[in-house]
Amino acid sequence: MISPALVVGISMGYLGLLFGVAYWADRRAALGRSVIDNAWVYALSMAVYCTAWTYFGSIGRAASGGMWFLPIYFGPTLAMLLGWMVLRKMIRIAKAYRLTSIADFIGSRYGKSPLLAGLVTLIAVVGIVPYIALQLKAVAAGYAVLTSSDMRGLTPNVHWTQDTAFYVAMVLAGFTMVFGARHLDSTERHEGMVAAIAFESVIKLVAFLAVGVFVVWGLFDGLGDVFVRTAAEPATQKLLSIDPGGSGTWAQWFALTLLSMLSVLMLPRQFQVMVVENVRESHLRRALWVFPLYLLLINLFVLPIALGGLLYFGTDRMNPENFLLSLPLADGQHALAMLAFIGGLSAATGMVIVETIAVSIMVSNDLVLPLVLRWRRQQLSVAGDVTRMLLGIRRAAILGVLLLGYVYYHLAGEAYALVSIGLISFAAVAQFAPALLGGLFWKGGTQLGALVGLSAGFAMWAYTLMLPSIAKSGWLGADFLLQGPWGQAWLRPEQFLGLAGLDPLTHSLFWSLLANAGGYVLVSLWRAPSGGEASQALLFVDVFERTQQTSPVFWRGRTQLSDLVQLCERFLGRSKADQVLHAYARERGLASVQALTPDARLVQFVEMQLAGTVGSASARVLVASVAQEEALTPEDVLSILDEASQLRSYSRELEEKSQSLQLATDELRRANEQLKSLDLMKDDFMSSVTHELRTPLTSVRALAELMRDDPDMDPAQRQQFIGIIVSETERLSRLVNQVLDMAKIESGHAEWVISSVDMDQLIRRAVVTTGELFREKQIAVELALAPAVPTVQADEDRLMQVMMNLLSNAAKFVPVPGGRVKVDLQADAQGLMVSVQDNGPGVPTEQQALIFERFRQGGRADQRPQGTGLGLPISRDIVAHFGGRLWLDSVAGQGAKFSFFLPWIMPNTAPAAHNG
Amino acid sequence: MERDKMPHKILIADDEPNIVISLDFLMRREGYEVHLARDGQEAIEAIERYRPALVLLDVMMPHKTGFEVCEAVRARSELDGTLILMLTAKGRETDIAKGLALGANAYMTKPFSTQELTRKVAEMLQGAS
Repeated sequence: MISPALVVGISMGYLGLLFGVAYWADRRAALGRSVIDNAWVYALSMAVYCTAWTYFGSIGRAASGGMWFLPIYFGPTLAMLLGWMVLRKMIRIAKAYRLTSIADFIGSRYGKSPLLAGLVTLIAVVGIVPYIALQLKAVAAGYAVLTSSDMRGLTPNVHWTQDTAFYVAMVLAGFTMVFGARHLDSTERHEGMVAAIAFESVIKLVAFLAVGVFVVWGLFDGLGDVFVRTAAEPATQKLLSIDPGGSGTWAQWFALTLLSMLSVLMLPRQFQVMVVENVRESHLRRALWVFPLYLLLINLFVLPIALGGLLYFGTDRMNPENFLLSLPLADGQHALAMLAFIGGLSAATGMVIVETIAVSIMVSNDLVLPLVLRWRRQQLSVAGDVTRMLLGIRRAAILGVLLLGYVYYHLAGEAYALVSIGLISFAAVAQFAPALLGGLFWKGGTQLGALVGLSAGFAMWAYTLMLPSIAKSGWLGADFLLQGPWGQAWLRPEQFLGLAGLDPLTHSLFWSLLANAGGYVLVSLWRAPSGGEASQALLFVDVFERTQQTSPVFWRGRTQLSDLVQLCERFLGRSKADQVLHAYARERGLASVQALTPDARLVQFVEMQLAGTVGSASARVLVASVAQEEALTPEDVLSILDEASQLRSYSRELEEKSQSLQLATDELRRANEQLKSLDLMKDDFMSSVTHELRTPLTSVRALAELMRDDPDMDPAQRQQFIGIIVSETERLSRLVNQVLDMAKIESGHAEWVISSVDMDQLIRRAVVTTGELFREKQIAVELALAPAVPTVQADEDRLMQVMMNLLSNAAKFVPVPGGRVKVDLQADAQGLMVSVQDNGPGVPTEQQALIFERFRQGGRADQRPQGTGLGLPISRDIVAHFGGRLWLDSVAGQGAKFSFFLPWIMPNTAPAAHNG
Repeated sequence: MERDKMPHKILIADDEPNIVISLDFLMRREGYEVHLARDGQEAIEAIERYRPALVLLDVMMPHKTGFEVCEAVRARSELDGTLILMLTAKGRETDIAKGLALGANAYMTKPFSTQELTRKVAEMLQGAS
């Protein structure tokens, strides 16, 4: 026996340490260095699944049923391996829509139904109370074992003021309030609590393993010894068999596995640590194997300890549920016993803290607040900050749940083993399964279906499991169990409709889940979902297909910005509201909250913020109270969804368009560059034309003025001047004609007169026509014309124009005196070729391409001879029109040779002029 | 016109024969002593040889442009007093600015009014003396 003062002192010290861990983690979180942002911590916090029930109860169960403790741990392992997709989806949805409890989750899924959330809360509270009683019982019993002289751990039914369990309940209530209801957080995350829970998971595992090692290798000679001696003992040998006999055994195995599989997903505390407190979805991956491994380790010594206890004490002397404490104590290992007690305390406190926090959130958000909102909505919308009221409700709920737990323990606890109490709780929360799983994967589930299913399942649970357990505790006459109510045998709770041969748990599970799932599916099918339900169904079932940006907003109506802001301030607190709204405004690219427009997206944002604090159903009611909403029909949902998907494809289209726009821009830029250079050329040309026009005009004007000013001018002088004026006028006409001519050819409006042209004749005429020019400059012209060249189909005048241009060009560049020009005519099968060779300076290589461009002339700008720079471009266009080509062979310093080729047959489609 | 004095020497530099004819006639009528140049190179040589008081300088000339002639003249201190009146058929602002920047004293675009040209020449010569 250990002195009570020491046990209490160490226990309180341990709780203080826990608080220290939580405080440290909260501080770290505030500094931005989260302790729980870690896959190991996440996995360990999941081990809150292992409560005092595991710690003490499974040994009790193993001591009476051998392997029967296993399904409870086999189920969660399976749930992790098979159900991780479900869990991942739950985490994604809860994060996306800020759902903070299982009641909120289910209520939100079915059109944010306060009624459904309330029902889930109610079931959770009723189902959880026995479970909490179980923890109180375990701690109280453990305390009794340590402090009593006979180690029997009997907890006599005393007045509550002398009851350990009552004080345990009160201490835990205070502790939980400090842990979980100090302040409100819109995500309901509790860093400190999670860190403490993970810490406790380590403690309880270490303590359990320590006792296991002590029993197997301290009291016995290893595992072999324990099992050999068990097999030798007639009273214990049947425990080693997997099937201890009895009908429906395998059904029971299946039922237990299924039950624990469902409850690991649906127990409020599991939802809290796995979904709400999850920091990162990726942490789930490690938890998937760490959590099952933890379960394996903590179950390793269950059977050896149970068997060891039975062998050590004999089969009836001691309560097997206390073996963990009584075995070390009996051997005088007080420190180990104390450690085991602390481990059990860890298991119990961990469960109680998380469970009551989770349930208190549900009670305040989904039970109390909706009622308050209904009765006092007017007052609420004018009252100030209600966060204090919310905290008050939470604390009261924590105290209330623990008191209920104590009352249940006080009334029924003695009659039942720990495991049985736990299973009753499991069966209650398993009722969430159809609505939850159906809601995750089936869009057709409706609010009414979920309500009917849950109610039916819960009713069956109460009738076939809860009621009998109360009756067996002696608080009800047990007659109706055997004869059925009013003597109706078919209504017997444990053989409903005559279904016999199953143990009570399997029987109850069968009927409750059948009624539940049947009601859910049938009623859902009976009536199509409303707009509100359909929109939530879409958001839940298709959660992975939507991102924050493209997620449709299912809301229509009008509201005021000031109302929304006020609502936030009231329920989040002024500074927190300011913070989140500012962040939202910044995200939208707006300078202040006042610049926000109260559109559907803002309404949704505010509702989501509120949902984090008061639950989605209450948030819905609150937002509705400040807005004029339009009822959402299923057609609206479809059209909004349509808009969203249109938006998505629109944004994809936009992306594509912006790409092609980029291409178009590049093209335009290139075109612009080209235009610019064309413009520059045109500018050059205009300047050149201007110069060419002004030069003759200058002579004309000056000479005309001179004659006007001097009427008595010498007639010979006057005659000379008039001659000059006439020739300058001719020059002007020529220039104008040439510009027009080129414009015509370029635009394709030129007229072509086709006839048979004798090239020999044409060349000779051209030389005669330009003869004056050559004679003036004393240029020798040499003709080398092949005889009998056939005629070619072309426009004679145009070819003449080309010839004259080439000849006069040559005349311009040859040296004076000593200029020589040679004209050459050849013919072959394809066509004829004419070349004009001079002995001028030639054309430098870099200018050879240039001289064929319109408006460009060879030579340095200031040295170029007179001309418009149009002769060669026009000639090239003319030759090209008849399917031929004009080119230049020249080496600088050795003269230039311009040649053109004309085919005998003009191509049908004359190539368009395309120089430049 | 101060006919009693030695007449001012004027150089006409232009590659357009008909313009030279008209300018030659005009300047002689005004009583100046006229010299002619057919291109830029000739113009520079003539300026060195005759030291004219004023040059009527065309811009677009073979071998050396009016700009180059202007630049060459201004680069030599002994030709400092030479007045330059640029004549151009390219009436663009940039051409005018370029000419003045290179040291031309005045600028006229072709075609010009004979009266205006004679008045301008007289003004420039008067201002210089």
